[in-house]
Amino acid sequence: MTGAATPLVGYLLVAALLFAIGLAGALTRRNAILVLIGIELMLNAANLNLIAFWRYGPHPEALTGMMFAIFSIAVAAAEAAVGLGLVISIHRHAKTTDLDQMNRMKG
Amino acid sequence: MNIPFYLIAALTVLGGSAAVLLKNTVHCALALTIAFAGLAVLFLQLDAQFAGFAQILVYIGAVAILVVFAILLTRGSETPKDGVFSHTWLAGLAVAAAVFSVLGWAVLQSVPGLPYTPAAAPIVTVNDIGKALMGRYVLPLEIVAVLLTAALIGAVIVAMHEKEGTK
Amino acid sequence: MFATLDQIFVLFKQWLVGLLPAGLQPVAGVLLCVVVIIGLFPGLFALTVLLERKGLARIQNRIGPNRAGPFGLLQPIADAIKSLTKEDIVPLSADGTVHFLAPLVLVVAVFMGFAVLPMGRNMVLVDMDASLLFFFAVGASTELSVFMAGWSSRNKYSLLGAMRAVAQMISYEVPLLMSSVAVVMMTGSLSLVKIVEAQNHYTWGLPHWYIFTPWGFAGFVMFAIAATAETNRSPFDLPEGESELVAGYFTEYSGFKFALFFLGEYLGMFSISGLGTTLFLGGWSAPFAFLGWVPSWIWFFGKLMLSICVFIWVRGTLPRLRQDQLMNFAWKFVLPMTLLNLFVAGLWRFLGDGWQRWVVCSAILVLAYVIVGRVEMRRQHVGPRSYRYAE
Repeated sequence: MTGAATPLVGYLLVAALLFAIGLAGALTRRNAILVLIGIELMLNAANLNLIAFWRYGPHPEALTGMMFAIFSIAVAAAEAAVGLGLVISIHRHAKTTDLDQMNRMKG
Repeated sequence: MNIPFYLIAALTVLGGSAAVLLKNTVHCALALTIAFAGLAVLFLQLDAQFAGFAQILVYIGAVAILVVFAILLTRGSETPKDGVFSHTWLAGLAVAAAVFSVLGWAVLQSVPGLPYTPAAAPIVTVNDIGKALMGRYVLPLEIVAVLLTAALIGAVIVAMHEKEGTK
Repeated sequence: MFATLDQIFVLFKQWLVGLLPAGLQPVAGVLLCVVVIIGLFPGLFALTVLLERKGLARIQNRIGPNRAGPFGLLQPIADAIKSLTKEDIVPLSADGTVHFLAPLVLVVAVFMGFAVLPMGRNMVLVDMDASLLFFFAVGASTELSVFMAGWSSRNKYSLLGAMRAVAQMISYEVPLLMSSVAVVMMTGSLSLVKIVEAQNHYTWGLPHWYIFTPWGFAGFVMFAIAATAETNRSPFDLPEGESELVAGYFTEYSGFKFALFFLGEYLGMFSISGLGTTLFLGGWSAPFAFLGWVPSWIWFFGKLMLSICVFIWVRGTLPRLRQDQLMNFAWKFVLPMTLLNLFVAGLWRFLGDGWQRWVVCSAILVLAYVIVGRVEMRRQHVGPRSYRYAE
């Protein structure tokens, strides 16, 4: 494949940028679902780092980074399912997904 | 450096930015899938075929669909009148910018120490991944299985309708 | 002679590519294959639409299209001209960009699935190690296009149709994957080329296709059910149920975009039939050892068209399901059976080569079918339908 021509720095910078975008989204949006989207982006950026380090590391045949990424994909799917379930439950209860309005501990 | 990488990286970052910036929530979710697809292609560029396809299958096939379903079930596709950004958006943006500058600084500082060219492309077959999952990584695999089961049951219970009177 | 005929397309491609300078040859080879796939399957689509209209008409005691050309053979061309020249209407309140992109995403995603199907000996565009995973990954992207189409139309029928379609496709994708996993377990590879090769052996002139084993037969039945639901075909065509939803998620599409959706639906049918053929029916291998001289691509496309005919037959025969029946069927019958089938496939692998494994595996599957399918399904009382999420 063509990946060998790009140095590791490129991938790391893209991952850092995506992570920052995800963080900005999670911190600034009002809608709970968009906060989850931001978190997913951050997880994906971490995955890109893991795979890039696996590919450029000294022992790619050990598969460590790739395995970590695959497990992280599985965990992220579980996280998304539970998170969106919670959002739906909160919406049913409080009739809103706006995080700024969810400021009460009591239902 | 090569052009495909730049194109895909730009597409991924654009998709990611659109996902957090757009007003319409469904557009955000669709932009998110562009970012996911771009990341999958980046994985393929890094010779991680299995991870790339798993990324498409799990993220585009499942997570993106879950997100749009949640948006429709919570009537989130209507843009709220009082803006889509939280009133503390400036602080959030500052934190994100600070994180990015620290990360970018760290990456650029360590450029001389980073390996410039990768080792020869390892031939990773699905067989190898399967053997690793069943051998060295069998305990994490089991834990992930338990976690997924717990998440499945948890998500169903959390989202299930509470009926009046019963439990 | 027969070996040449078997490889005629491969040899032709090599000859054609050989005319070009050496630097362009790999690119030209791939491009040529892509062009052939993009040309061939829409042609097959035109043929199938005519076959379906004629076949359904016969089942319903009608004659079917017979005006354009001899026996109505030119009907597909007439249809194509009609849909190309019709006005393309986009609803005023529709989301223009998404509305435009949805049919494109669908057709592109469906075409990509053909890249990994082995259509004959040495006739596969990309022979990669994880081709089955690739097939399911691009297949999953079609769900998104269905959602895009339904949501962007800003029409309640479209949206309802899209929600139904996506829910149904997600529910039936799980058994689809699970029934294929049994094949992967037995072959020990995700490569579709290797899966076909593993079935291309003969004992007493009979092939070693996976459908001729207990787990393979059960897996094939589950696969066929899930594939029918995945392609939104009758009896699982609720997303486009005409009596309730006008035309489902593509209600607001007209002209060429509608034709693209129509094309995408049929191409999805072809690709999933091709996958089923590859996984369970031996792909391009001949059904009897003495027929091995017939070119391999004839067998592949013959099996493909046979499964299309079964699709048409089923469409003409069975009534449409109700939404709650559809979901119950997926989660309470098909999924448990495919999970059990995985276990049975494991047993088959480790019981050795005797007759015992035939008895044990068949007994388990029949017993499970009787318990889950007959007794449990019968116990369900049919009452008024209850809504949980859509109130």
